[in-house]
Amino acid sequence: MAEFEPKIVAFVCNWCTYAGADLTGTSRIKYASNVRIIRFPCTGRIDYMLLLKAFDEGADGIIVSGCHPNDCHYTSGNFHARRRWIMFRSLCDFTGIDTDRIKFSWVSAAEGAKWADIVNATVASIRELGPYTDYKKIAKYPEKEVTHG
Amino acid sequence: MSKIGVFVCHCGENISATVDCARVAETAGNYDGVAFSVDYKYMCSDPGQNLIKNAIKEQGLTGVVVASCSPRMHEPTFRKACAEAGLNPFMCEMANLREHCSWVHEKGEATTEKAIDLVRILVEKVKYNHSLNEIKVPVTKTALVIGGGIAGIQASLDIANTGHKVILIEKDPSIGGHMSQLSETFPTLDCSQCILTPRMVEVAQHPNITLYTYAELESLEGFIGNFKAKIRRKSKSIDEKLCTGCGLCTTKCPVKKIPSEFNEGLGKRTAIYVPFPQAVPNKPVIDRANCTYYIKGKCKVCEIVCPTGAIRFDQEDQIMEVEIGAIVIATGFTVKQPDFFPEYGYGKFPDVITGLQFERLASASGPTLGEIRRPSDGKIPEKIVFLACAGSRDPAKGIPYCSKICCMYIAKHAMLYQHKVHGGKSYVFYMDIRAGGKQYEEFVRRAIEDDGVNYVRGRVSRIYEKNGKLIVAGVDTLLNAMPVEIDADMVVLATAGVANEGAEELAQKLHVSYDPYKFFAEAHPKLKPVETNTAGIFLAGACQAPRDIPESVAMASGAAVKVAALFSKDELTREPIIAVVNRQAPPVYSSCVGCFLCVSACPYQAIEKEEIKNRNGEVIKSIAKVNPGLCQGCGTCVAFCRTKSIDIQGYTNEQMYTEVMALLNEY
Repeated sequence: MAEFEPKIVAFVCNWCTYAGADLTGTSRIKYASNVRIIRFPCTGRIDYMLLLKAFDEGADGIIVSGCHPNDCHYTSGNFHARRRWIMFRSLCDFTGIDTDRIKFSWVSAAEGAKWADIVNATVASIRELGPYTDYKKIAKYPEKEVTHG
Repeated sequence: MSKIGVFVCHCGENISATVDCARVAETAGNYDGVAFSVDYKYMCSDPGQNLIKNAIKEQGLTGVVVASCSPRMHEPTFRKACAEAGLNPFMCEMANLREHCSWVHEKGEATTEKAIDLVRILVEKVKYNHSLNEIKVPVTKTALVIGGGIAGIQASLDIANTGHKVILIEKDPSIGGHMSQLSETFPTLDCSQCILTPRMVEVAQHPNITLYTYAELESLEGFIGNFKAKIRRKSKSIDEKLCTGCGLCTTKCPVKKIPSEFNEGLGKRTAIYVPFPQAVPNKPVIDRANCTYYIKGKCKVCEIVCPTGAIRFDQEDQIMEVEIGAIVIATGFTVKQPDFFPEYGYGKFPDVITGLQFERLASASGPTLGEIRRPSDGKIPEKIVFLACAGSRDPAKGIPYCSKICCMYIAKHAMLYQHKVHGGKSYVFYMDIRAGGKQYEEFVRRAIEDDGVNYVRGRVSRIYEKNGKLIVAGVDTLLNAMPVEIDADMVVLATAGVANEGAEELAQKLHVSYDPYKFFAEAHPKLKPVETNTAGIFLAGACQAPRDIPESVAMASGAAVKVAALFSKDELTREPIIAVVNRQAPPVYSSCVGCFLCVSACPYQAIEKEEIKNRNGEVIKSIAKVNPGLCQGCGTCVAFCRTKSIDIQGYTNEQMYTEVMALLNEY
């Protein structure tokens, strides 16, 4: 059986991590190809419902990454993201969503190598955890009632 | 129905070496709504751009996805191409196949799969793009320069000479800054005040410059081209129009023993004072904290002697509101103060002084009229020790950086001492000599070789007093760390240059970022050294990092050019990536419920309350409204909104959810 290839979605800010990932490219640092980046203006923009949506749609792991504290292009968006993450994490714990599948990090525009490390580490840990099929059990949708006229 | 064009670039071989571009284009061509899909060797070249333009015209495309390099590289190029073909530039999206895919993965199936995914995400997103128009904002062609040191003076003069108005504010009673305190300047040893004071006078007399001394920034709102600043003009307790600057009051004031800030505490001043003889403006202020009248309620000697009746004891601070288009921050730096060096006995031993104090001793306008006399007993020191890196390059002290100017001014100090005290002996303890700069290394060599200054490579562990001498105990690392003890008469510490007190507060008022040492942060360390991350706010001089005079001046001129470029246009355009609150037909008006969580989330105070009124003028609903001029487009409000009533153009909820779903549907 072929090795499990996790599907990882990365939610990153435009100014630091997106640029940092660009630098990984210009530095030709190789990393696992299991990650797909979605660009946001700022981590402050990231509505964490999007993370749930990603799991719901079949993601096995998620990376959220933005500017380091105090380096936010918009002054404080990353602080909002961090606070929201703390709240969201306890909510996840409460509902049984596996927070090990969400990697929250800071990668600056100068940290191309760090981006590669984070992706590789996340891919490795998610590979170990296996496909996230449990999410479907948590997010059980009520069966649609069929009404007969 | 969307008609989307997908343009896959090979980037020579940069992309095609690891990604099967033809397959990417073919797969994309099969997606719903994709009307045209093609791959080409160089999409950014003229023929490549023409390919896009022709497809837009011929196929009537409603959206474009260019799959090539990072949008940070070529987004402007392709948006412009779209605009030239008549498509709204914001209907163009870029999939980053190069930096995020071909360059970071090996050739293979998985890499091409990823490229296909990246294209699909953007194809689905662009279906929900809307035509947007760039925002045009007018420019107020007046600059505010904060800080009247050499950087602020230079920036003000340069901007004023381009024909634009400048408001220069300085917190002290006179402009001049640290440079006015210096005796001579390295590496030419020309007199600091002689080269500075003509510039100060020029500032005061320039028709385009309005100078406010004893004034500080109170608050700032607005955005590039359209700032509104409140300036607090601290009460000088005199009527500047009546005062002629005769100085009679300063000679008659009975409070004469206040340590002079200008002389770094080595001289004294009166309570009503002019900081130094060449001050601009040359009019006194009353230091209320030390004035007998303000403390005890009587005295008023100055009022009695003033020939023009210019004293105003009841004058209050004035808050002035000015409209400006750009700001230059030139607030400079300060040096570490006494309590920082207990091991060197600063504060305990009066003859351990800072470099800035030595400047005052060596200055012809200083408290000793330029004679090197030690503060304790006024004797001429026969042996003097200079300590480089007092605080600097010392992570244990929290200052790991090099203060940059000290190596040079220490060489200058030692040289001045040798010139003034014949037969005196001078020692310099240093870690490394950093003399990078035109004529700098030669200058240091001159101090060592021509003037016989003894350079000892090593650190000093402590300074203590013994038999009336200051014993400087250190090591000479060039002699195998041999302990060295020098019985000095005076010690000068090259104290670390640090950010001004209150720099953090000012940065927050101005919404600019600062580094871990509270120096203001430039927008890019190499390519944008005078810009801040806030558009329209620029940096000059040592407020950004310790700098010497030529660098500060160069930086100030650089900042001035940036301001002049900004003022060369009547209108600015900016990207319309801003938040908007939805509006609907009555009776709903908007799904916004007026909780105003977004107001607290916004870092730019860009969200206001809007009241919707009926015909009778009664308020029927209160909703949020985004000021498009202030909004910078971070989208923090969007994530906050409980009712999804606020959205950000270019990154709407619809677009972002679509991206996630498009990705995972086939991933």
